[in-house]
Amino acid sequence: MQKIQEIQEEIIDEFNFFDDWTEKYQYLIDLGKNLPKFDLKNKIDSNLIKGCQSKVWLSSSFKDNIVIFEADSDAIISKGIISLLIRVFSGHTPEEILNSKIDFIEKIGLNTHLSQTRANGLLSMIKQIKIYALAYQSKT
Amino acid sequence: MFDVYKIREDFPILSRKINNTDLVYFDNAATSQTPNQVIDVISDYYKTYNSNIHRGLHSLSIDATDQYEKSRIKIKDHFGIAKSHEVIFTSGTTHGINILASGLEKSLSSNDELIVSGMEHHSNIVPWQMLCEKTGSKLKVIPLNEDGTLNINEYESLLNPNVKFVFVNHVSNTLGTINPIEKIIELAHNNNSQVLIDGAQGAAHMRINLVELDVDYYVASAHKLCGPTGVGFLYGKSELLDKLPPYQGGGEMISSVTFEKTEYAELPHKFEAGTPNIAGVIAFGAAIDYMNSIGFENIESHEKELLDYATEKLKEIEGIKIYGNSNKKISVISFNVGDHHPSDIGSILDQYGIAVRTGQHCTQPIMDHFQIPGTVRASFSFYNTKSEIDLLIEALKKASKMLA
Repeated sequence: MQKIQEIQEEIIDEFNFFDDWTEKYQYLIDLGKNLPKFDLKNKIDSNLIKGCQSKVWLSSSFKDNIVIFEADSDAIISKGIISLLIRVFSGHTPEEILNSKIDFIEKIGLNTHLSQTRANGLLSMIKQIKIYALAYQSKT
Repeated sequence: MFDVYKIREDFPILSRKINNTDLVYFDNAATSQTPNQVIDVISDYYKTYNSNIHRGLHSLSIDATDQYEKSRIKIKDHFGIAKSHEVIFTSGTTHGINILASGLEKSLSSNDELIVSGMEHHSNIVPWQMLCEKTGSKLKVIPLNEDGTLNINEYESLLNPNVKFVFVNHVSNTLGTINPIEKIIELAHNNNSQVLIDGAQGAAHMRINLVELDVDYYVASAHKLCGPTGVGFLYGKSELLDKLPPYQGGGEMISSVTFEKTEYAELPHKFEAGTPNIAGVIAFGAAIDYMNSIGFENIESHEKELLDYATEKLKEIEGIKIYGNSNKKISVISFNVGDHHPSDIGSILDQYGIAVRTGQHCTQPIMDHFQIPGTVRASFSFYNTKSEIDLLIEALKKASKMLA
């Protein structure tokens, strides 16, 4: 498994290929469409992330000291962003998740293209991911 | 002679670039932009006569008080109000509603009923829900018709001797519907119920005469009609406001204070405790002057033209659905494109420099009525142009293609 930092760098490299925002958005939209299907039983209010304009559900599971994240949204660009977050965070130990420094969002220039509402939603998602990691860490 | 391109020169913000393209500002229902004529008044206040009002005897304070009170008269005249002390300056529409809600706490009981409409902004729902929690009164709702108008027959059947108040907006911020407030007020008065009209959306688009309308209370905000944020007013018939207890205690709202007893000041000061937004109030007056210099008949006809043009052009977009199809509508269009989430459309439009609002627009009950997560809302002002609408249509076509 690649380290969180390595995955971030890979994403930054991918986004460097794009010339303008339309290509970045198109890529996010395509990622959103290809996000693995979310288990309907997890589409419950308690899995909703507060602070997003669109609905975002996040669920997690924990096995062999590895956290797996799954998520969904009713908006496609949100799904694209979620897809990046899952790629970065899912499949790592709670320690790795908690110690990670997330900088790819800034480096791919996504933050300048996100409205404040959306940026807040993104921060809430990362916060929730870390809260899950913290909860699993205290279990071990 | 109405020349939209000449008018646009009054608004410095309209020449801004967003993502290297010209800003297209279609979020006027959230807040309107501010012309130099208003910005200069704010700047002039702080540069030349900033001081506290009603208290000082020095020249600056006299100037500030004079301008502040002139603003009250401008608002009285513009809204066809009988007496200037019936104009209470507030921080905005929400504040005005809360002054009334707080004042009614002691006068309502568990037998009483309050009526709101199904198309109210949250700020004309939540204060009344809170009031009902405190008093035990019941909140009743006028349902919507499918075209986004109010079901007036249902409203009539809700009226009974227990109904003490009716709270309805003049214009829906989400659907653009102009409500038949004359009829709503008449029916309420025949039932001995009082009426508050939320004028937040209506005031920017048409002139209204509150005495002719015979409305009991009316609220509006300056920032929707080219004024600054943080200012608005509450109108109430003086015989009603006189009976209403004060909202906040403090300076300005008293006539005498001893530790045994405080006498409250007369209207309007009873409701204007503390140092108000002086520059804002003065600028509100300047905004009213500005709008009148454009002329409301010109504003109405230009905005109608924009609304009709946009409604027609939007039909070119595949899968478009417009919410709110009343034949009496202001220049607000709420819509969705196919199954695309409004926030996806809004994000892409923003990249093209087009500012629209997406989401529920603080009207969740309307979204529940149409069973949708939200809408994209484009709201036009008198300084918008048809060529800007063309840009919106082009961007929407591109967004649809990207999301397909």
